[in-house]
Amino acid sequence: MRLSDLSLKDLSSRLHSGLQLATGPFIFHVTSHLPDIAQGLAKLYGEFPLVEGSFSDFHVRVDALGGLRRLYHPQAQFWHDGYTPFKPLPRDQAFAMLEWGMNWCVASHAHHYLMLHAAVLERNGHALIMPGDPGAGKSTLTAALMLGGWRLLSDEIALIDRDDGLLYGLARPVSLKNASIDIIRAHTAEAVLGEAARDTHKGTVAHLRPTSQSLENIGAPAHPRWIVFPRWRAGAAAQLTPHSKAAAFLHLASHAFNYSLLGPLGFQRAAALMDACDCWDFEYSQLADALRVFRQLQA
Amino acid sequence: MKPFCEPLIEVLTAPEKMADLPMATWDLLLRQARQAGLLSRLAVLAEAYGLTPSLPTAIRRHFSGAATAAARQRQAVAWEARKLDQALSREGIPAVLLKGAAYVMADLPPAQGRLFADIDILVPKAAVDRTESTLMLHGWVSSHHSAYDQRYYRRWMHELPPMTHIRRKSQLDVHHNLLPETARLRTHPDLVIAASQPIAGFQSLRVPGLEDLVLHSATHLFHEGEWGHALRDLVDLDALLRHGMSQSDWWDGLLRRGIELGLAGPLGLALRYSAKLLHTPVPGELFAAIAPPGWTGIKLIQDALFLRGFASAHHSCHRPGNSLATFALYVRSHALRMPLYLLLPHLLNKAWRGVFPESEKTSK
Repeated sequence: MRLSDLSLKDLSSRLHSGLQLATGPFIFHVTSHLPDIAQGLAKLYGEFPLVEGSFSDFHVRVDALGGLRRLYHPQAQFWHDGYTPFKPLPRDQAFAMLEWGMNWCVASHAHHYLMLHAAVLERNGHALIMPGDPGAGKSTLTAALMLGGWRLLSDEIALIDRDDGLLYGLARPVSLKNASIDIIRAHTAEAVLGEAARDTHKGTVAHLRPTSQSLENIGAPAHPRWIVFPRWRAGAAAQLTPHSKAAAFLHLASHAFNYSLLGPLGFQRAAALMDACDCWDFEYSQLADALRVFRQLQA
Repeated sequence: MKPFCEPLIEVLTAPEKMADLPMATWDLLLRQARQAGLLSRLAVLAEAYGLTPSLPTAIRRHFSGAATAAARQRQAVAWEARKLDQALSREGIPAVLLKGAAYVMADLPPAQGRLFADIDILVPKAAVDRTESTLMLHGWVSSHHSAYDQRYYRRWMHELPPMTHIRRKSQLDVHHNLLPETARLRTHPDLVIAASQPIAGFQSLRVPGLEDLVLHSATHLFHEGEWGHALRDLVDLDALLRHGMSQSDWWDGLLRRGIELGLAGPLGLALRYSAKLLHTPVPGELFAAIAPPGWTGIKLIQDALFLRGFASAHHSCHRPGNSLATFALYVRSHALRMPLYLLLPHLLNKAWRGVFPESEKTSK
C-alpha cells in the first residue's frame, strides 16, 4: 500500500495514532495531529510505501506545543520517542521540522552505514556523489538532475553500507532553499513543491517531491562511480575539471556524519569509495548546460 | 513484583531470550534500550551470546551501529585518560579515575558497550587548586562562567565546575570528595585514594579498588538524582557486583568497606534494587546485616519512589504517579545535598535565572 491510497481524511486520522512510512532501509513511525503535516506528507510522500508491521526504526512525532504561548506565538516541537533534540520552532515550520528531525534520526543513529554529507543520484546502476558546501548549488543541481531522469537516492545523506560498500537510498524530498525554489519552478513544470516555510534558520525552505522513478527502485543499491564538487558561479560555462582524489578524500572525511566514529572501518570504506570513483570539480551557471555535461559522464 | 520495564529488564537478565523475539517486542526493546543508554550494551550481550548472526536484519544493523559508537567512545576515553595523565604527571599530582573511565582503564565488565558522557577524577582536596591550574595550562577550561555558579561549586560542592577541553571538547569533572561538602552523609575520600591501584603505563592516574568503585557508583546513583541514567548505572553496579564474586570474602568485605567509608546506606539501596531488578545474587544475610528489620512501610514508600526513578528511562516503563515520584526524588537528592537554609536560596536563584537568563553575570 502507498501513502497516496489514503484520502487526506484517512491519512490525518492514521497520523493521530501513528503511521509507518518506509524510506529506503528505514521505517519511520510518524505521529502528528497537525493538518499541515498530513498535507505535506500527502503532497510529497504519496508514492512512499506504507508498512503494516510491528517494528519501526524511529518513532517520531511533530505536534504543536500547548501552554499560554500558543495564543501569541504558536510553536511546534519534534520528538524522537519522547526525546527532543531541537528547540521548538514557529508553528508554521512544522513540516520542515519533521524533515529535519527525520534527517537527525538517521544521522545520529544509523552508524551501521558510513554517512557522508552529500547528495547521491544514480544512472544505470552507477552512483554520482555530490558533496557541497552550503550555497554551492548542490540541492538545485540535485533537483534538476532528478527531474532530468537521474534516480534520487538522497539530497543530504550518502549511506554507504559497511558490509558491501554500496550506496543505499532514502529518496526523501529534496530540500530547496531561497532562490533555488523559483529556479526549479522555472526549470520545469513537473516540479511538485510543498508549502514553503519562511524565516527558518536556513531562510525560506520548500521541499521537492521525489520522482516516481526514484521511488520505484528505492531498494536497489548503486555502485559508487563519480564524486563531483559542484559550484554555481554567475556566468560560468558548465565544465568538469579533475579534482585530486586525496583532496576529495579529506573533504568527504571532514564533512562526514560519522567518519571518525567508525574508526578503521570508516577509513577503509572511504578509501574504497575513492578507488571506485572519478573525482571532478564542476562549475556552472545554467541548469540546462549542467544537465548536458552530466549526460556525457562515462560509466 | 509486577513486571518492570519489560522487555528491557527481562532481556538484560536473560540475554538468550534475544534469540527468539517477535518484531513487536524488538520495537519496544530497542526504544527502551536506546533511551536508557543501554542499546550498545544489548549489542555486546547479543555478540557474547553468539546471537548476532541470527538476529533480524534491521536489529543487526542497529546493534552494529550502536556497538561501533560505544567502541569509539571507549577508545576516546582511553585517549583522554592518556592526555590527562601526561598533564598531571608533570606536576606529580595523583588522580583517581571514577565511574566509566575507571571501568575502562581497569578493564572491568561494565565497560563493555558502555556510553560515556564525561570523565570523572578524584584528587586530594589539598591538590585541587594545583590540579585546576595544571589542567588549564593543558587546555581544559571551566564551562560554568557565572559568578554564582563558580561560588556554588567552590564553596559547597564536592567538585570543581565541569571543565571542557578547548580542542577535543571532552568533559572533565574534578572531584575532591564523593559527596558535596554540605551533604548530611560524611565520607572519607582520603581512604579511597589510599586504596587506589596504579594503572600499567600511567604515572598519575589510578583506579579505585573494586569495593570502592561499587560504593561510589551506588552513592552517585542514589544521591545525585540523575534518574534518566539510573537503570544504566544499576546495570554497571550489577556487573561490578558479579565480577567481585570471584574474590573470596567479597560480600563481607564490601559491607565492611561500606561501613568504613560511611556509605553503607547507599550500598544497601544499591544491593536491594540490583537484586530486585537484575537478579544480582546478593546473599540474604547481607540485607539483614545492612538494614536491620524496621517498619515495612518505609520500604514500601522507598520502592514506590525508586522504582519510578528507574522507570523514568522510557515512557513505556512509567507507572502511575511517575512524574510526581521523579519530582520527589529530585527534591530528595537536593535535601541530601545541602541543608534547607542553603538549599532554598539556591533553588530560588536557579528558578530566577531560568526565567530571566539575562540576569546572569559573568565572573571576571
